[in-house]
Amino acid sequence: MSNIAKLQKVGDSTFGRIEKINSELLTMTYGSLVTQLLRDFEDTDAVNKQLEKMGHKIGVRLIEEYMAKSNPSAGSCKEFKDTAEAIAKVGFKMFLGFNAQVTSWNQEQTQFSLVFQENPLNDFVELPERLKTEGLFYSNLLCGVIRGALEMVQMRVECIFVKCPLRGDDVSEIKVTLIDYLKEIVLEDE
Amino acid sequence: MSNPAKQRTEVAASTLELLHSEMVEYTTNDSKYSSHKEKAYTVLEDMGFKVGIRLGERLTRDKGRFADNLDTIKFICKDFWSECFKKNVDNLKTNHKGTYVLHDSKFTYLTRLSLSTPEETANAAKNHVVFSCGIIRGCLSSLGVEAFVTAEINALPSVLFKVIEISRQ
Repeated sequence: MSNIAKLQKVGDSTFGRIEKINSELLTMTYGSLVTQLLRDFEDTDAVNKQLEKMGHKIGVRLIEEYMAKSNPSAGSCKEFKDTAEAIAKVGFKMFLGFNAQVTSWNQEQTQFSLVFQENPLNDFVELPERLKTEGLFYSNLLCGVIRGALEMVQMRVECIFVKCPLRGDDVSEIKVTLIDYLKEIVLEDE
Repeated sequence: MSNPAKQRTEVAASTLELLHSEMVEYTTNDSKYSSHKEKAYTVLEDMGFKVGIRLGERLTRDKGRFADNLDTIKFICKDFWSECFKKNVDNLKTNHKGTYVLHDSKFTYLTRLSLSTPEETANAAKNHVVFSCGIIRGCLSSLGVEAFVTAEINALPSVLFKVIEISRQ
């Protein structure tokens, strides 16, 4: 069995096991957050940033659950390539209920894209033209989540939303770039 | 934009839990309202209210009218509660004059809450029921019952939600 198929199986079985809720509740809750942020911040870019920041904090906590709930027999991620597939097939599946595709690797194998059709955060949403032109990435929280989660496993990455169906694209696409591997250091008390 | 053909999809309960706690953190600790707790609570409660209104509409789409307000409250205790908080209300009391007390002995957003000191935990617990009060008030409002909803936490993770009807016509 290929590694991807194996991970897919891990994702499916993990999702089957954990406690679930109707996705609409998540959709609506997220919607109320974005609405509030658009009210709190004057420019759209600040909203993108705030969503990313909140996502980062979620990611930092979420990795623990990922490690605990996904079957460790999935094996560790030896290369960045394994990490990408684990995010797409296990991470997305176990938290959001769908798989993403890993595409567009660069030559150095340090950059890939996560592409997905479904996204419960986007459900029932229509963006006004103004927010599209101003560059709101409605689900920008996800970028932060990935960055936060990977940071906890010693990878510093940059995540950028490049395509979003709410802005007229056919799919969602998040570009993930590996910056470096963090060394394990013990921080002194601040 | 509802699509009845779309089948019910699910996400992990922990995803919502993580999002919720980050929303609490934002309003009470990291926004322009944080210095003013009352205002922060109003904002958080209002976010819940908006969710509650929409949820109420969707959950009652295929239901007939409720006989009376008590009937509506019973719906809140069962269908609504299990949708939002993954269980039913454990106990409902009413004075039959428009006040209802809903007791949840293991409130979902409090079950995993634990901070370094009991005081901090108690404080955080207060922050973690505000959004839910808003959802309940919103859902009631969408079903024609305008009410105040407050929460009282005595022993974690048990919560008493108090619903007081504003006007009885």
